[in-house]
Amino acid sequence: MRETAAERWSRRIVLTLLAGFVLVPLYVMVSSAIKPLQDVQGAFTWWPRRPTLQAFVDMWSTVPLGRYLLNSLLVASVAAIFSVSVAIFAAYAVSRYRFRGRQIFSVTVLSTQMFPGILFLLPLFLIYVNLGNATGIELYASRTGLIITYLTFSLPFSIWMLVGYFDSIPRGLDEAAQVDGAGPLRTLFQVVLPAAVPGVVAVTVYAFMTAWGEVLFASVLTNEGSRTLAVGLQGYSTQFNVYWNQVMAASLVVSVPVVAGFLALQRYFVAGLTAGAVK
Amino acid sequence: MATTTPPAGTASGQSPAAAGKPAGQLARQPPAAADKPAGRPARRPRRSLLPYLLLAPAIVLELAIHVIPMLVGAWMSLLELTQFHIRDWSSAPFVGLDNYRVVLDVNSAAGAELLRSFRVTVVYTVLSVGLSWVLGTTAAVLLQRPFRGRAVLRALFLTPYALPVYTAVITWTFLFQRDTGLVNHVLVDQLDLVDDRPFWLIGDNSFVALLIVSIWRTWPFAFLCVMAGLQNIPDELYEAAAMDGAGFWRRLRSVTLPMLRPVNLVLVLVLFLWTFNDFNTPYVLFGGSAPAEADLISLHIYRSSFQTWDFGSGSAMSVALLLFLLLVTAGYLLLTNRRRNDA
Repeated sequence: MRETAAERWSRRIVLTLLAGFVLVPLYVMVSSAIKPLQDVQGAFTWWPRRPTLQAFVDMWSTVPLGRYLLNSLLVASVAAIFSVSVAIFAAYAVSRYRFRGRQIFSVTVLSTQMFPGILFLLPLFLIYVNLGNATGIELYASRTGLIITYLTFSLPFSIWMLVGYFDSIPRGLDEAAQVDGAGPLRTLFQVVLPAAVPGVVAVTVYAFMTAWGEVLFASVLTNEGSRTLAVGLQGYSTQFNVYWNQVMAASLVVSVPVVAGFLALQRYFVAGLTAGAVK
Repeated sequence: MATTTPPAGTASGQSPAAAGKPAGQLARQPPAAADKPAGRPARRPRRSLLPYLLLAPAIVLELAIHVIPMLVGAWMSLLELTQFHIRDWSSAPFVGLDNYRVVLDVNSAAGAELLRSFRVTVVYTVLSVGLSWVLGTTAAVLLQRPFRGRAVLRALFLTPYALPVYTAVITWTFLFQRDTGLVNHVLVDQLDLVDDRPFWLIGDNSFVALLIVSIWRTWPFAFLCVMAGLQNIPDELYEAAAMDGAGFWRRLRSVTLPMLRPVNLVLVLVLFLWTFNDFNTPYVLFGGSAPAEADLISLHIYRSSFQTWDFGSGSAMSVALLLFLLLVTAGYLLLTNRRRNDA
């Protein structure tokens, strides 16, 4: 199965083109972040002539970036932790038990993720607002409301991927533990979970990324105090001015952690997809 | 909750026969196949509540955030829920299917706009999903065999998928700026392809801009899934094909694509639904309101709902959108299942 010269060269050309397509915006994000404001407001240049880190300083005061960052961190981490905890129990049930409604549960949960978000945005908005008026439970414009909303967004895929992971763990291990007198929950925590750590980590990162990047619900369910990065970054464009260098600097700062996390764990995603999807 | 659960059902649903099977089959069939004929699992001597308790948090959350709001949304679509009633929605009068009659009537202004937005979304979805799939599959196939730099390319290709959508799209907004953006700098100043600096974020070009951004963000997901699918193809198949003298294209057509079919069936459906419902890309790219040429349906419903505060007709449009998507999905599943059975 030797590669011919033509095959090798066409592979190189196609891959180079694809890499260029992916790289150009990434390069612009980085190179514009280190340009002074005048340079991003004038004609575009490939190379930053007067590199400066000023944008990384200014970006904190142009908009309350610190608060947005804190809100996003809080919302995304809490949502991810809860989402994964809930998903672990659900996936354990689906993977290890045969019960009435198992199929219906799996199908329903997965299909909710496919529905247009706009469909439950309007009712959810009204429910949150009216619940606040009627009972004083503030879900609208609060981080709690956003956390509850987001944790359901990553739930279906997390359950699905964890079921795949749990299924690939031999049941012999469970049975051995049960012979030793372990109940179902101890079996889950002492046998199944330790063997599924990569899957759990991958799912946690996925849940965090989902909440970190969500725009639609954040734009409606937050106010100035609970605003997350997804909406907050738009604050750099005012009526008179767009601080492009600061936008790019802020984008870079909020992207690097999630991209690094995802890339570090990508092979577990591939493994999870192989286990979950390819059946 | 845990302590009150009787340990009775511990072993239910597990049979030694199932332990050795590959993961995929376990999820589909009841593992009791060894002692019971296939079909619904027969009544077990000690039925356990435990699985339901384990599922309870997930079910409660799904009900609260997805199912109940969806039902409420369906109810809202039957109300005259305009700005006068939004504070106290119990006062909104019931109008039956009136909202649907207005928003789906192509002769009304609202209906005509919805239809235009729907057309834009269909074209957008077909092009974006098709091209993303082609790019993703191409990259995955070309990275199938090891070579120097493969790991770097793989990480690079996955980066757009890992980037938060708003940072990725806002960067593209900058690239597409008429006077200060990279796109016009390359097209006009460097390559001299066009004389006038075109506008990318308004007018006809806005659709092209939207499509490029969408493909840039979507194809890495196709790449990821196809890459996962390729790992399941045994090397022996390629060796056998090579021994029969099959070249690159022949191997692609006779081995790779048929083996990827199960992955592709799911992938295309998921991409279709995500792209059709796409809100983020136009919302961030155009800064809140899209030009008519790139006014995708989710953004259209969002804008018309929050501009007019007419949640009744907004809900009616959402429900109509859901019904359309269900219809397409059902048709897709029927069609692909039938073909699988024929084969």
